[in-house]
Amino acid sequence: MNARGFYTLFWKELLRFYKVMLQTVIAPVITTLLYLLVFSHALGRHVVVYGQIEYTAFLIPGLVMMTIIQNAFANTSSSLIQSKVAGNIVFMLLAPLSYLELYLAFVCAAMVRGLTVGLGVYLCALPFVSLPIHSLAAVILFALVGSALLATLGMIAGIWAEKFDQLAGFQNFVVMPLIFLSGVFYSIHSLPEIWQVASRFNPFFYMIDGFRYGFFGVSDIDPRISIAAVAIFLAILIVFTVGLLRRGYRLRN
Amino acid sequence: MTLSTDMTDAVNVSNVSKRYGTVHALNDVNLTIARGEFFGLLGPNGAGKSTLINIIAGLTLTDSGNVGVMGYDVVDDYREARRRLGLVPQELVFDAFFTVREVLKIQAGYFGLGRENDDWIDELLAELMLTDKADSNMRALSGGMKRRVLIAQALVHKPDVVVLDEPTAGVDVEVRRLLWRFIRRLHGDGHTVILTTHYLEEAEALCDRIAILNHGTVIALDTKQGLLDSDIGKMVTVRIVSDHPVTHVPDSIADKVRNINGNTMTLEIRRDKDSISDVLGTLTRSGIRINDLHTERADLEDVFLQLAYRNAR
Repeated sequence: MNARGFYTLFWKELLRFYKVMLQTVIAPVITTLLYLLVFSHALGRHVVVYGQIEYTAFLIPGLVMMTIIQNAFANTSSSLIQSKVAGNIVFMLLAPLSYLELYLAFVCAAMVRGLTVGLGVYLCALPFVSLPIHSLAAVILFALVGSALLATLGMIAGIWAEKFDQLAGFQNFVVMPLIFLSGVFYSIHSLPEIWQVASRFNPFFYMIDGFRYGFFGVSDIDPRISIAAVAIFLAILIVFTVGLLRRGYRLRN
Repeated sequence: MTLSTDMTDAVNVSNVSKRYGTVHALNDVNLTIARGEFFGLLGPNGAGKSTLINIIAGLTLTDSGNVGVMGYDVVDDYREARRRLGLVPQELVFDAFFTVREVLKIQAGYFGLGRENDDWIDELLAELMLTDKADSNMRALSGGMKRRVLIAQALVHKPDVVVLDEPTAGVDVEVRRLLWRFIRRLHGDGHTVILTTHYLEEAEALCDRIAILNHGTVIALDTKQGLLDSDIGKMVTVRIVSDHPVTHVPDSIADKVRNINGNTMTLEIRRDKDSISDVLGTLTRSGIRINDLHTERADLEDVFLQLAYRNAR
């Protein structure tokens, strides 16, 4: 185990987003708060979810989770594509780091960014709405697993993409639709039956629903099913990503 | 730990082939580089030099064959192999987020080295005349400075084998001299140095042994002196200028004449078999008066061009 090598890569990835914090942390917090402002003003007084929860309060966990996963994805994917396009990825590939060390360093740093931005949104929203926490453990668990999942997906996208527009395609045609159709802005019970069924095939739905359960103790489906679904999906992606790294797919050629 | 190759070799390339689609980048390449050797890898563009370098460094995977660095297989024992190798890439690649010192500390960290390596980083910065740029962002450096940072990055973990892929491409004369001096010092300190270059004078000045690659195949592998002593290397070009247009040549030296253009005649003779004074005597006795004489020994460039041209045919 090259512990210092792992830690160095992890630290380098943290520095990479810390040095441009305005773009990587503050801007996404502001953007998400704008979503909150617009949606809560437009719908806050008219919509009640789960029979008792004010829409603005319902919205905040969804937005926090959306921010966490978007930024976790952005960190790994942008770091890899930038390094590939600029060519400086060779320095990492020349290092005596195992595939698992590479994977963990990238994913852990991306999780830190996702969770930092998510926490920022949560803290900024708190003064404006009363938000209970039913199960802190569920909140933390879903935040960790969700950020790890999207960080891993970001690695796959960063490894696969050879150009910035391919990465943008992955982000706009895969990640964004899955996020927007996952229940960030609504409960799936408000959807027609067919869309409720379709939502259950969207792994992002389980992340959002389980995370929201942590706050309200109410969810569209049993949170144990949600965590199992997210964990299985994450395990599949980990095996796939480490396999790509081991084969050197689009990295060592 | 599996020791896959001969421990006495710095680099061992065994039956390595690599294809990109229908193009054979490397075709069953075999090569052994001894410890402490200064080895040159020459070849025209697209010959497969960079592919071979990348395979040795573990940046590219082979289709078949094995590569060992200091006795460790670059795939099976990649950690040990990579610890013993430093690569200076051909392109001026850098991470725009960091300063020179940060880049070097990060690279050292990848190899498991922390603060205990800071003195060596300072020494590298001083040797490569980068001390005053240590806290500058990589973007702010000139091309020559970026090249020197790449060399420092390759050496930050004190590797046994240093691979320099065209290290002096695009740098000015002053930086080239600095790099030559530095590379010679590395070799003097016991590092095995592998150099690819387009500048044949560079290979001639620095390398002990040279491989010439063309179309993914090693077409020559010998010591520098061995190549210069080859049939091609033994050729001497003699150009004479007569006071009259040259209209006839004695039969005994007709096979040595390459070109006649008015008063100027060019001959090619073998250093080991022919005598310049005998040839000149024959010309003089035949009535050709020599006003001017110019001789030129074949250099590595002639050997390289002849071999590459032969191979291309």
